[in-house]
Amino acid sequence: MVSYSLSHLKQLEAESIHILREVAAEFQNPVMLYSIGKDSSVMLDLASKAFAPGRIPFPLLHVDTQWKFQDMYRFREQVARRYDVEIRVWINPEGRDRVGPFSHGSEKHTQIMKTEALKQALDHWEHDAVFGGARRDEEKSRAKERVYSFRNRFHQWDPKNQRPELWNLYNAKVDKGESIRVFPLSNWTELDVWLYLMREKVPIVPLYFAAVRPVVERAGVLIMVDDDRMPLEPGEVVQQRKVRFRTLGCYPLTGAIESEAATIEDIVQEMLLATTSERQGRVIDYDGASSMEEKKKDGYF
Amino acid sequence: MGDHDYRVQDEDLIRDDIAGYLRKHETKDLLRLLTCGSVDDGKSTLIGRLLYDSKMIYEDQLAAVTRDSKIHGTVGGDFDPALLTDGLKAEREQGITIDVAYRYFSTAKRKFIIADCPGHEQYTRNMATGASTADLAVIIIDARHGVVTQTKRHAFICSLLGIKHVAVAINKLDLVGWSEAVYDRIREDFNAFVSRLAFADIHFFPICALRGDNVVDPSEHTPWYDGATLLHHMENVNIASDRNLIDMRLPVQYVMRPHLDFRGFAGTIASGVVRAGDSVVSLPSRRHSRIKAVYVDGEPIAEAFAPMAVTVTLADEIDVSRGDLLAPVHNVPTIGHDLEAMVVWMHEIPAEPGRTYLIKHTTNLVPGVLGAVRYKMDVDNLRKAPGEAHALRLNEIGRVHLTMHRPIAFDPYDRNRATGAFIIIDRVTNVTVGAGMIIDRVVREPVQGPKSRHIAEARGSVSRRDRERRLGQRGFTVWLTGLSGSGKSTIAYELERQLAAEGRLCYVLDGDNIRHGLNSDLAFSADDRAENIRRIAEVARLMNEVGVIVISAFISPYRADRRRARDIVGDGAFLEVHLDTPLAVCEARDPKGLYRKVRAGEIPQFTGITDPYEAPEAPELRLETATLSAERCAGEIVAALRGREVLP
Repeated sequence: MVSYSLSHLKQLEAESIHILREVAAEFQNPVMLYSIGKDSSVMLDLASKAFAPGRIPFPLLHVDTQWKFQDMYRFREQVARRYDVEIRVWINPEGRDRVGPFSHGSEKHTQIMKTEALKQALDHWEHDAVFGGARRDEEKSRAKERVYSFRNRFHQWDPKNQRPELWNLYNAKVDKGESIRVFPLSNWTELDVWLYLMREKVPIVPLYFAAVRPVVERAGVLIMVDDDRMPLEPGEVVQQRKVRFRTLGCYPLTGAIESEAATIEDIVQEMLLATTSERQGRVIDYDGASSMEEKKKDGYF
Repeated sequence: MGDHDYRVQDEDLIRDDIAGYLRKHETKDLLRLLTCGSVDDGKSTLIGRLLYDSKMIYEDQLAAVTRDSKIHGTVGGDFDPALLTDGLKAEREQGITIDVAYRYFSTAKRKFIIADCPGHEQYTRNMATGASTADLAVIIIDARHGVVTQTKRHAFICSLLGIKHVAVAINKLDLVGWSEAVYDRIREDFNAFVSRLAFADIHFFPICALRGDNVVDPSEHTPWYDGATLLHHMENVNIASDRNLIDMRLPVQYVMRPHLDFRGFAGTIASGVVRAGDSVVSLPSRRHSRIKAVYVDGEPIAEAFAPMAVTVTLADEIDVSRGDLLAPVHNVPTIGHDLEAMVVWMHEIPAEPGRTYLIKHTTNLVPGVLGAVRYKMDVDNLRKAPGEAHALRLNEIGRVHLTMHRPIAFDPYDRNRATGAFIIIDRVTNVTVGAGMIIDRVVREPVQGPKSRHIAEARGSVSRRDRERRLGQRGFTVWLTGLSGSGKSTIAYELERQLAAEGRLCYVLDGDNIRHGLNSDLAFSADDRAENIRRIAEVARLMNEVGVIVISAFISPYRADRRRARDIVGDGAFLEVHLDTPLAVCEARDPKGLYRKVRAGEIPQFTGITDPYEAPEAPELRLETATLSAERCAGEIVAALRGREVLP
């Protein structure tokens, strides 16, 4: 007899597809937040499966801080063609060509160009549901996040007052102005994401793979010199090193790691044998023990 | 052996053959588990220990915990595994876990998702949430305190939410000198309590979570224990047979019309297997069709099974939309407005009987009226607290009747988690206020007792006796029951003929005069059948009041329904006659051609074929119509009526 068993990865895929379809069916105006990173790539690929042979029935949204890696902008255009989707780009007009991590510091830059910009974009297009690629295994405060995470009119999250979430029965009821952040990859781990990308041959930004890149070492972190907006401090020298990135964000805020990993297999091998967790390369998590939780309450993804 | 070994093997494999490792990892299965225990039972410590010992904690996280240990640690500066899992800031300050958190780790054999549920505050609500998706419950008991009230609550909620497998971790055994006697006593106490609950298996583990004994590695302190470690059990407990692969249920989630030639119905298979070519019925509309093709990820495949997310196309252009359920023609769920459920209330504002809430069930969102609470469960001792019309309050569990504004297709929760579960949403606040598990049989609101009947009777000045005297007969009900084709109508009309011949006033109630009129709104689900019978019994009683002899000719397959008919009509005026005819004989007779249609798949539900017939245990009369003529049968009934002085 056939065993009718599904591997854990197939079960995760089915669960994610269920969530994607549920949102498309129940909300008026959903959007998928597209960060150009590997988790977004998985989420987008699952969406294309969920609605095959039809098109993905909602647009993507990229909140552009104007400080992403050049490779990411190129990749964004390829993806729009590959999946035949509309990618809406939003740049905070108040900070456009003005605010940056070097001039305003990482915290203010993230607040204005990312958190505030996201809220503006959601208000502008009146989205009542927003997909995000966050996973519960990324960070401690995310472990309690629901799959459907309710946000009030001001996009605030109240961790003490979340709706109970049972079985796969999600509560999609919101009043005008309120919204739900939806996390279809909640139950995926970093390893699951890599396995999926490898098996499905989903393209990802080349920055994930090791290559010789120009970097400077700043406060113990390797920062890539991606364009000429980066001011060098006295004594800093641009070095050519073989590096890759474990996560992608604004290039001045994203640390590279030295690596020889040129394929996904290499990356996974390196990751499993490594002893530091994924978000460590991100500068923004360091502002105090509960910094991510504070940012999330305020509307950050 | 030693559980330690596989981790080393895994690491070697990663180093030497990463492709091999990934292939192996990809085929791992998934176990969802729930951990429950009080704050001081060491639950967070146990989870921290599992994560740490299975190397799911990275060095920087560990460094953060070590830093936090100095501020919040409860073990005097030592490494405190509990701090690995206490996520939110508020919790860290209070030292308790306040919401369900999910943790992930995997071993060489399985991937695990842990629903980490808080101990005391909000325990029922949070536990029910975590338990709703879990296969296995790990119940943690402090060896110093043994089985406490809290333990019993945990066990009951796990059972209520349908968890089949339980692992009892008897923790802090080091604090009772690794005593086997303590372990044995707790085991006995626990077993005594849960004997009334429906668990498939229960295992016990003597552990010390703080130091790791018998969690991942066997302990040297428990030479008297030769069982597996907790992790070994988690890796090997068999959950494959928990799944329902029999009853195919596909709730339609999304209708896809990418172009004119493709109309696909997308959904997650709730249970069972779906194949191209299967005959299916769409519910609640009952329109029939065949599965034309099954697609997964846009590619056609021969068959798919739960819990795969699929898209199917149908051979016929029937109207199917979101919220409908596709099921096999021969195996359909109950369809109806009314259902009975165990409900867990999850909001500070109590449930309000008589109020309409939104019910989300499968992919349906339907308004439903919450009925009175039949009883509340006292979860501390598994007793029912009956006779309370009081509303359910936060964290209370009770049995409730629900009346949906539109009929829905459902199964009992213990047979089908996905089609037996629902959540309750407040229409004003939009908040999820409760969760329900549908119970097997529908029991309607109890019929009015004889007391109120008496009052109604006394209202008129002409009594039943007066009317009966005038007619020269007693009002009486002959209740024929039997399979389709057993001869109910034939015998009923023969009996009417014989009674009329001796001048009696009588009337036959059958499908022709009831189903097409009074009960034309009812179908053939167990629920609708129950209502059908109730109404027939009420009509019979009214006619009996007038003094008329009623002959009722309905299959009336369920004992409970017939028992209620007897209660309505009155025991002294009720003659239950079982027309006992083998199914084969009925099918060969097939007077209305119904059996043929059933076999051809044109009728989804049919007593004796897909639905049960519960033969009467003690009917007043049993007639074998395979060998007796209709005249003879009617004659036997007349004789029985004379014996009861209904007829002179």
